[in-house]
Amino acid sequence: MSAISSYIFRIIFLIRKETLTILKDPKSRAVLIAPVIMQALLFGYGATYDLNHARFAVLDLSRSDASTQLLSHIEGSVFFERAATLSSAAQIPEMINSGKVLFVLSFAQDFEQRLNAGEQAPVQIILDGRNSSTAGAAAGIVGAIIASFNQSLNSDVLLSNESNLVIERRAWYNPNLQSRWQIMPALIAALSMLQTLLLSALSVAREREQGTFDQLLVTPMTPMQILIGKSLPSIFIGLLQSTFILLIIRFWFEVPMNGSPLVMYLGLISFTIAAVGVGMSISAVSLNMQQAMLFTFLLIMPLMLLSGLLTPVSNMPEFLQVATYMNPLRFGIDLVRRVYLEGAGLQQVAFDFVPMLVLATLTLPLAAWLFRHRLS
Amino acid sequence: MMVSQFISRLKALIRKETRQMLRDKSNVGVGLALPLVLILLFGYGLSFDVKNSPIAVVLQDNSSAIREVVSGLEGSQYLAPVWVGSMSEAEDLLRAGEVSGIVRIPVDFSVQQGKGNAKIQLIVNGVDSGTASAIEAYVSGAINLALQKRADRLGTATSGAGVTLVQRTWFNEASNSTWFIVPGLIVLIMTLIGAFLTSLLIAREWERGTLESLFVTPVRPLELVISKLAPYMAVGIIDLVFCLLAAKFLFEVPMRGSLLLICFASILYLMVSLLIGLLISGRTKNQFLASQMALILSFMPALMLSGFVFDIRNVPVVIQVISNILPATHFMTLIKTLFLAGNEWSMILKECAILLFYIVLLIVATRKTLVKKLG
Amino acid sequence: MGELTALVGPDGAGKTTFMRVLCGLLKPDSGSVTVLGCDVSKEPQEIQNRISYMPQRFGLYEDLTVRENLDLYADLHGVSKDERAARFERLLKITDLARFTSRPAGNLSGGMKQKLGLACTLVRSPELLLLDEPSVGVDPLSRRDLWQILQQLVEEEKLTVLVSTAYMDEAERCGKVFVLNQGKLLEQGSPASLTKLAKGLTYTVNPKPGIKARDIQARLIDAKDIIIDAVPRGGAVSFIKQKHAEVPQIEKLLNGDHVEPREEELEDAFMMLLREHEDAEGNAESAPTVSSSTAALSSSDQTAASKPVIRVQNLVRKFGDFTAVDSTSFGVGRGEIFGLLGPNGAGKTTTFRMLCGLLPASSGHLEVAGLNLRDARTEARGRIGYVAQKFSLYGNLSVKENLEFFAGAYGLFGKKLKTRVAEVVEQFQLDPRAQSGELPGGYKQRLAMAAGLLHEPEILFLDEPTSGIDPLARRMFWRTITELAQGGVTIIITTHFMEEAEYCDRIAIQDAGKLLALGTPKEVRELAGETYARDMNSAFIGIVEQNRAALKSEAEAKSKQNDGAAA
Repeated sequence: MSAISSYIFRIIFLIRKETLTILKDPKSRAVLIAPVIMQALLFGYGATYDLNHARFAVLDLSRSDASTQLLSHIEGSVFFERAATLSSAAQIPEMINSGKVLFVLSFAQDFEQRLNAGEQAPVQIILDGRNSSTAGAAAGIVGAIIASFNQSLNSDVLLSNESNLVIERRAWYNPNLQSRWQIMPALIAALSMLQTLLLSALSVAREREQGTFDQLLVTPMTPMQILIGKSLPSIFIGLLQSTFILLIIRFWFEVPMNGSPLVMYLGLISFTIAAVGVGMSISAVSLNMQQAMLFTFLLIMPLMLLSGLLTPVSNMPEFLQVATYMNPLRFGIDLVRRVYLEGAGLQQVAFDFVPMLVLATLTLPLAAWLFRHRLS
Repeated sequence: MMVSQFISRLKALIRKETRQMLRDKSNVGVGLALPLVLILLFGYGLSFDVKNSPIAVVLQDNSSAIREVVSGLEGSQYLAPVWVGSMSEAEDLLRAGEVSGIVRIPVDFSVQQGKGNAKIQLIVNGVDSGTASAIEAYVSGAINLALQKRADRLGTATSGAGVTLVQRTWFNEASNSTWFIVPGLIVLIMTLIGAFLTSLLIAREWERGTLESLFVTPVRPLELVISKLAPYMAVGIIDLVFCLLAAKFLFEVPMRGSLLLICFASILYLMVSLLIGLLISGRTKNQFLASQMALILSFMPALMLSGFVFDIRNVPVVIQVISNILPATHFMTLIKTLFLAGNEWSMILKECAILLFYIVLLIVATRKTLVKKLG
Repeated sequence: MGELTALVGPDGAGKTTFMRVLCGLLKPDSGSVTVLGCDVSKEPQEIQNRISYMPQRFGLYEDLTVRENLDLYADLHGVSKDERAARFERLLKITDLARFTSRPAGNLSGGMKQKLGLACTLVRSPELLLLDEPSVGVDPLSRRDLWQILQQLVEEEKLTVLVSTAYMDEAERCGKVFVLNQGKLLEQGSPASLTKLAKGLTYTVNPKPGIKARDIQARLIDAKDIIIDAVPRGGAVSFIKQKHAEVPQIEKLLNGDHVEPREEELEDAFMMLLREHEDAEGNAESAPTVSSSTAALSSSDQTAASKPVIRVQNLVRKFGDFTAVDSTSFGVGRGEIFGLLGPNGAGKTTTFRMLCGLLPASSGHLEVAGLNLRDARTEARGRIGYVAQKFSLYGNLSVKENLEFFAGAYGLFGKKLKTRVAEVVEQFQLDPRAQSGELPGGYKQRLAMAAGLLHEPEILFLDEPTSGIDPLARRMFWRTITELAQGGVTIIITTHFMEEAEYCDRIAIQDAGKLLALGTPKEVRELAGETYARDMNSAFIGIVEQNRAALKSEAEAKSKQNDGAAA
């Protein structure tokens, strides 16, 4: 038998064993598959910045046709839902403070009179700023509804005015600017990383704790073989999880996928290898499972925060933006989003591969070296 | 007599847990260093506030009026216009992610403007929908402002009938996202200690076989639960102090409610979080499973579904129900109100009652997992 | 009151389960248990307040110091500060742990851990003390100390102790012995009355010069129909015959060697009871055999003469300031069984790990099959087999999956793999579908051996393979080892059962990193001096203690000298 095939056979046996140890226990099998699907569904619905039937209250002192007309425009949108009608301004604090409504619209008594007089009629919007991004979004939409209401008001007197300017908006890749489209593809990378990192971090640490690692080291396997054999199942499970999430996004949430699956998987493979590399290094350093887990937790949080999952990297201060270059998740998310939504080709996302592959080529050999050289 | 025995056993167990906690450096890392890192990362790193976002500007019509209008973009601190010669060049930039949007002034802009029919095209990259919406708002705001100024100067301002929106944002007038992220951070850090540290405690004793010897002593299950909580409560309280100091002095988030109430509510939630960790630990009896479960059942939901960044008012009813089951959601509401709104008693009483209910429920459940039985 | 009672029986006899039921940690399926006048299932807490229990894996908090562990248990049992001072002083003195009070329990050697565990259960005088196999993995010296402590306390405090054990010499020290097997009580009584059961069945035979005792032993133990048990002892072979077997029949089996009757011992009675029970149940197990042929009686004297396959010269290993192995030299020839003996923490495992290439040596020369395994090409590792101290195969995989994995790791594949796996499964009588982690101790050990032998290694390393394994399983294990040695496999083994040293061609005794004795079992016994030469156990204790006494007086002389110089 040739040396190469014997080399590969050994790896295959290790892969088989690793897969068996992970998948044999029904509990750990469940923990690797069910939560990812559950989280993808939950977060798919839950992780959204878009307003959806946000509740508001109305204080209409004018009780006029005009105010009713404007309100019907606002209530007619899917974004808002009137939850209460107030009779005095004293009721406003209670509504807002208790969080019953997101905002209160208040019409002054002379609202209609002013409009009829051809003047500007103010409408006050009082927003709950405890979540400033929701508040901002609500104000923006109400503003837009009012703007179109104004246009319809003046359409009969069509003013030939140069300040009458329309901004035509088009959003590429996400025409309705739904935040789900932005967040879900990022989850393909983020959710699977959580578990692949932990899985690979525990793979060697568990064997060290249980004493089986010595048994492995006295076999003729080289550290490289052990590394490959231990990494591949984690990588495979990571990719499997990614695939589940991808399918849920594509077919359950029906977010259209524009890119080629090939580029997507090339990206996911590089990303997962980088994540597993980090995990394996943690594992090789750790003496026992507890240490491996705590190291992983120490890493996971900053990795998630500095990835652009929740807020864009470009909003971060300069020095943190630099720090994100060490974060495979940042590039994984960027790559997946761009391939999924923008349909970016290999050339356009080529740069995303660089930091991930650099990380993988540093961490994987380091882990292999540490297998034998970690001081006992 | 019974009470004094209880107290002395409890003291011994607490001493033991504290020593074990302190001897393991990684505990200190996760318990104290990680929260500090997070405070800084969250405070500075997580921001929804778009700043200096690059946008490509394509002037296909180049009159002075237009330049005046478009110059409004430069005045905005949110936008960083890049002047680009052609549309295809701009589109390349957008595709490459170099700019987040394109403002295009069409060839016939001046002509159409004379007819009161002027259009400006704005293309944004919807991949980041949040930034895209913000850019839209800023671009139209900047252009309208410039138009207004021009009209005022030329005296062509016509104020037709119209509704103007007067915006008042309570609690956070400047819409500073740090103000709601930092209180939310307290929730996350309190959750983290429970999820990452206490979830290993009982599982570890099962795995190492130490529980079997402990069982055959006069120790009662409740004493074990309390002793495991105590040292981590102390860590949590130190973290809380970190958070409050950072909120007050570093990020200057207002504390409109009483400090005492903020601390009280945080300690209540800290107990809930630690108990969830212990319960998971006692149920799984296995460190690997416990850590996975803690991550999946405790930490991730607190991050994603508690209203930390994603407003639960926007999500489908089913998710709202799930979210309302999470203790983190109740504490999130409570702490944001206490920081930004003030002492809103009816809400405070309700949410604190819910947290207390969870504490009782969890103590009973955790105690059950420590009933002295093997197998 | 004030009595020691022993619970003996092979793995899976139900000793641990029984202890746990007594403590109220497990509920009996039926029947009731009364401990100290309380019904266990009704008032477990009451019993837990009054008794002390030391589980097999005593739950010491390894990150707490000796003192802190003791304090914890004293606090939990409500021992007052005044009582404690005197009690601790005494416990620390008799356990000889006084020097280590501020050392984390995790850094203690196995024997010291056991003593500390015992001390923790004795922070107050319990009404009943339950000890579950307290001497597993503990060296003879610590074992002797442990029992001295127990006996002292039984006498002075009228302690009632129930102890489970696999050592018959320990059971012999008890007032009453219960023999359990497969959950059934086989026999009970005083050690003397139990010993009588084997009366008239026990013999010994001296092998002819040039013939190894272990070969005679192998031949005897294979003849199951006439022989119950046989072990090499002091150069001779002690055996028990079946009741119906006749002496001439046995002498014929031994090619005319003369057998002499010897006095029966408790172990003889124990082995006899077990054999009877197993035969009655119809599940007698035969020893795993390497080949179908019975052991040849020819001596394999090429062993000593052949070139050494393992050479160790001036081997040193330091961990920081601590020297775990100090300038150790020895060689092992092909087909030899080489025993490495020593108290816990003597450096055996460190030496072992260096030989296997798991740990680099600080200095010195090391050769296994002409190579240093640490930086040898991977093929070299394919020529050794390694069985670790504690069971270290994958517990959640089945027997077959474990074997297939290791076969693959050693480069077997395809048809060869299948046949080898089938062969070892057959040879060690394993159930291929059983989950490895749930096998009883003896079977785990067989599986570990099977995995280590899959690739037919030239050299087999076994680190305390028989710890925590019952006598029956140990006999089978050694039967396999002797067969392998006959087939030319070199075997390096460590053990705490000193009588097992009798199976070895040569042994080395290590303490505090130094090699104290090296030679054949006979030579080592003689080296120990007459008072200790009775058996291997006392020879071992003698050599180690003589050395320690010498070191101590040397140190004292040195310090005196220093004092003198200072003055």
